[in-house]
Amino acid sequence: MGHYGSGKTFTAVNYATYLSAQGKKVSIYDMDIVNPYFRTVDAEKFLSDNGVELVVSPYAETNVDIPAMNAKSYRMIHDKTRYAVLDIGGDERGALALGRFYEEILKENDYNAFWVVNPYRIETRNFKDALAIKDEIESAARIKFTGIVNCANLGEETTADTVLYGKKFCDGLSEITGLPVVFSAVRQDLADKTGLKDVLPIRPIKYVNWI
Amino acid sequence: MSEKVLMKGNEALAEAAIMAGCRHYFGYPITPQTEVAAYMAKKMPKIGGTFLQAESEIAAINMVIGAAASGVRAMTSSSSPGISLKSEGISYLAGCELPALIVNVQRGGPGLGGIQPSQSDYFQAIKGGGHGDYHLIVLAPASVQEMFDMAFKGFNLSEKYRVPAMILADGTMGQMMEPVSLDANEVEHYDKPWATVGTGKHEGRNIINSLSLSPKQLEDWNIARFARYKKIEENEVMYEEYMTEDAEIVIVAFGIAARVSKNAVKEARRRGIKAGMLRPITLWPFPKKALNALADKAKAFLSVELNMGQMADDVKLAVNCKKPVYFYGRTGGVIMTPEEVLDEIEKIEKGEAEQW
Repeated sequence: MGHYGSGKTFTAVNYATYLSAQGKKVSIYDMDIVNPYFRTVDAEKFLSDNGVELVVSPYAETNVDIPAMNAKSYRMIHDKTRYAVLDIGGDERGALALGRFYEEILKENDYNAFWVVNPYRIETRNFKDALAIKDEIESAARIKFTGIVNCANLGEETTADTVLYGKKFCDGLSEITGLPVVFSAVRQDLADKTGLKDVLPIRPIKYVNWI
Repeated sequence: MSEKVLMKGNEALAEAAIMAGCRHYFGYPITPQTEVAAYMAKKMPKIGGTFLQAESEIAAINMVIGAAASGVRAMTSSSSPGISLKSEGISYLAGCELPALIVNVQRGGPGLGGIQPSQSDYFQAIKGGGHGDYHLIVLAPASVQEMFDMAFKGFNLSEKYRVPAMILADGTMGQMMEPVSLDANEVEHYDKPWATVGTGKHEGRNIINSLSLSPKQLEDWNIARFARYKKIEENEVMYEEYMTEDAEIVIVAFGIAARVSKNAVKEARRRGIKAGMLRPITLWPFPKKALNALADKAKAFLSVELNMGQMADDVKLAVNCKKPVYFYGRTGGVIMTPEEVLDEIEKIEKGEAEQW
């Protein structure tokens, strides 16, 4: 979860394939009820090539403009054989999608809730703004975050320094909130250059070929 | 903090409008434009501005008329079907000679159409949409940075000429994220002695109206306004030329279609075909002279659009039969690939393409 446009989908898709690469059975659930474009379904082939099952609304990336989730979504609770990675829409509006499941998730108490942070997004450029959005998301989702993911990026113009600035920013948030910085989501080709320890390499998923 | 931030086109445009002094936004949500309204809803109350979600698009555009009449920088935004609803109000804005900014983040049509990107409102933006003798200043951004910059440009030009301006974007421009430099562009200030700000502030009564009881008077108004349109056509045309220096096949494309086409031009060059591109940044005024000049040296023109062929007519008029004009487009929310455009370039090269 996190502010929209921070890089949640990229992180979720790559985190799911990272788990899958460790031999785990993984499903990714697209619970984005906000975004009309640029969804997990764009990574459909990448996910299936990497053994991850995609559970997505049949209306994602179509002309049907309704906030829908796949009917199979309840499996995330009941199927104990699989890891479930949830890609949740931006801000508190997106986090509302969790409302349907939070009771079961809390009861089971076997989850991580990652706060995906990009300090290069205009509305999360300082601690105060970032924390305000965090509070809004937590009260809409009714689930507290358990860790922070540094997802600092400037799109195509991301450099190692961009990521390192994000790490510093997330460390600051960590000090304030007591939440650990779990990993940095870093574009694969920059991962080594950052010198960071806990890195989730983000493999480029080519959505479009005109950028 | 670094100077650049990562933004969606819709957000960048909204932020720029605020930086350009807009404190009055009236809108109604519609995909893929909704982030403009959402951003305004969040920001305006914090800076003493007005965000108002009207009961309909028709109400929103009429609120823009009222706000603009009182001399403030007012705007609205929508997507294709919503702009159809606003069209009556846009004509009234033009008739009342009011500056205002209208944003269309286009989606597929006609009718309810779809929510995926499109450029099929070119006719609506350029040839009317509303009724009567009028033009809008129409700007076509091709990057998130241009979404930002054009909000300033739109307001500036609109106030300079007392002509409503439209930013004709598409779903991709609205939804895609790119790094943006948030340096404020110049905000031009123009006196508005015509604004209805109370008789204490101007002599006599100021009346904002598009109704004339005398045909001769209405004709005079239109002629006077068209004199201003002429000045706009002389002074405000903007376009970008890409590898046109020695180009034999010149693509004409705007917005997202220009992004795709640029990649096709690069690949064509790699294959030894002398391709180039002219990207209109202002769709009205249209870069007629630049195209006509290119027609003296190029062999053919290819209009590439996300529609069934709308700007192609204007390309043909500008080229004025000097050289053949071709068209390639995808519609309904489908975006063409650079490979498809390249195929079309090769067909023209081999003489296999059909003229527009």
